[in-house]
Amino acid sequence: MVDLSALETVAGAMFAGSLRVSTPFLFVSLGECLTEKSGRINLGNEGVLVLGAMVAYGTSYETGNPWVGVLAAAIAGMLLGGVHGAVCSLAKVNDVAMGIAIMLAGTGIAFFFGKPYVQPSAPLLPGIPLAWWSDSAQVRNALLVSPLFFLGIAAAVAMHWFFRATRVGLRIRIVGDSQDAALALGLPIDRTRFLATACGSALAGVGGAFLSLYYPGSWNEGLSSGQGLMAVALVVFARWNPINCVYASLLFGAAGALGPSLQTVGVTWGYYLFYAAPYVVTLIVLVISAHGGHSLRGMPGQLSIGR
Amino acid sequence: MSEATVVAASQVARQAGGDRTYKWRRLLEALLAPLVALLAAVILFSIFLLALGQSPTDFLDLVWRGAFGSWFSLQNTLQRAAPLLLTALCVALPGQLGLVVIGGEAAVVLGGLAATVAALPLVNTNPFLVWAVMALAGAAMGGLWIGLTGWLRARLGVNETIASLVLAYIGMAIFNHLVEGVFRDPASLNKPSTYGIGDANMLGTVPWLDVHPGIPVGVIACVLCWVLIYRTSIGFAGRVTGGNIRAAQLQGLPVARLIVLACVLGGACAGLAGTIEVAAELGRANASLAAGYGYTGILIAFLARFNPLAIMPMAVLLGGLGAAGGLLQRRMGLPDATVQVLQGMIFVSILASDTLYGRIRWFQPRADV
Repeated sequence: MVDLSALETVAGAMFAGSLRVSTPFLFVSLGECLTEKSGRINLGNEGVLVLGAMVAYGTSYETGNPWVGVLAAAIAGMLLGGVHGAVCSLAKVNDVAMGIAIMLAGTGIAFFFGKPYVQPSAPLLPGIPLAWWSDSAQVRNALLVSPLFFLGIAAAVAMHWFFRATRVGLRIRIVGDSQDAALALGLPIDRTRFLATACGSALAGVGGAFLSLYYPGSWNEGLSSGQGLMAVALVVFARWNPINCVYASLLFGAAGALGPSLQTVGVTWGYYLFYAAPYVVTLIVLVISAHGGHSLRGMPGQLSIGR
Repeated sequence: MSEATVVAASQVARQAGGDRTYKWRRLLEALLAPLVALLAAVILFSIFLLALGQSPTDFLDLVWRGAFGSWFSLQNTLQRAAPLLLTALCVALPGQLGLVVIGGEAAVVLGGLAATVAALPLVNTNPFLVWAVMALAGAAMGGLWIGLTGWLRARLGVNETIASLVLAYIGMAIFNHLVEGVFRDPASLNKPSTYGIGDANMLGTVPWLDVHPGIPVGVIACVLCWVLIYRTSIGFAGRVTGGNIRAAQLQGLPVARLIVLACVLGGACAGLAGTIEVAAELGRANASLAAGYGYTGILIAFLARFNPLAIMPMAVLLGGLGAAGGLLQRRMGLPDATVQVLQGMIFVSILASDTLYGRIRWFQPRADV
């Protein structure tokens, strides 16, 4: 017999959890979307995420202002993404493999410099209470949303407009869709991709700042659970559309909240299996969005994963 | 290849006024490029250390002593290199077909778990039987896991890099679920583990070398894979696929089957690595199996440019770096992530060195000699 109130609790907890944990997915997927629109893939955003989390936490601790930490995370992400963008501009360098190398280097650097910041507690970002009208502490807690979440949604809308309506956005799309067309138009292909990768990684760095400065809100070496890589699948699912990235992030966030939500109603069996739910969702998403090797609708033509 | 063909081929080359030293110049290019990259990474890392006020020469000296300086440290290095040989093959075999498969870690832990579980009913029989069953179970499990990635790639067109990584997370979850659930030994309190396979069934050390049999197994696996890739028609078909998948399809090569085969074989190697870790070091399956061998294997395979023979020195090099990590921490007060920073720099630099190939005229084939 299914207890209806328990089901409600789980659904509520998943909704709240989705609001809480979807933000890093949102930022990394937006960053990845920008990079991929220019025809390059960046798996290194996982390393950028971890580095961003460390830099944000460290800067927030040293300066006492978490927003400076967010800015520092974006700059650190931009630098690491810049390395990826610059090296991938060289002929014959494989961007997928390079991304893995950047991931390893980024996490290594983050762990190296982050060691002193594991213990101290830095000032965190405040939440925005959306449920001031409610008397229930539970509801208030659930609707305490990070300002970065709204910033992410604003970024998604802005990016959508940017790709649709601006000259630079169109140029990025041309470079990503057809190298020949870009050459014929005399567009700077390598420079466009370099900038798109660096800016995309800056967004991913902000996603990392969310992890260390809002939720879970501390810095340690197990902070990221592969959100940076799952974002690549998420962008495929979102069909390279920034607005869809918002919905996809919320879905992945809800999947991530499944395990903890079930725990709140006393389901302890299979903790690890429910923990894997977002990965299973990623896999299902990959399978349903794959078309047996044919290129997908909306996919930038020059993307190496579209071979 | 028969001797007659070789002679005939070289005669053809001579008649055409062919370029006889090209083969050697190409080999030299393939050796020099990674060497330059390694050197560049070391210089970059030295600058990194100098910026932090540490001495790079002290660092290199400690790495040398910690990895190869004494018999004990050499043994430690080889012990660490053993699983790396096998996990690097897990990346190199699909890599020959142009695939980037990075989920070897899950194949290691699930292979180790399957081997342990398969051995448990047999613990009181003959150790040789136990080892045979363990090797089969571990390799089969690893092959199944990475083979799944290959199948998704070949049949459904799912990107193998992301799929293998996602499957690695799922595999770890299944491993934790099983080890903390049905297969858990209630006596293991702090660190959930399965029941042990028993001291009688542990692998001993290899005579003379005094290291566990992972090294010979890994070396044999590397040599066999080299033969498979460079001396059989299946391997040739695989290399054609890696070179140009459209050309391979046009030739009617069974591309999908080759992809699945390479992934299954690679996964079997990684599963075997987990098996050996259980049978020679741990005695049971627990979280210690997830020691990052699968991830270091990616780096080694790329360093070796997916050539199984080149994997051997690279695995020893990276195993040595790992072995020296503890000494670096104690003597120089550097965090344990130092080795990871160096690894990252090596990885970036080695991939960037791909751009060097074909840049220098002297290494290229000459038409008019």
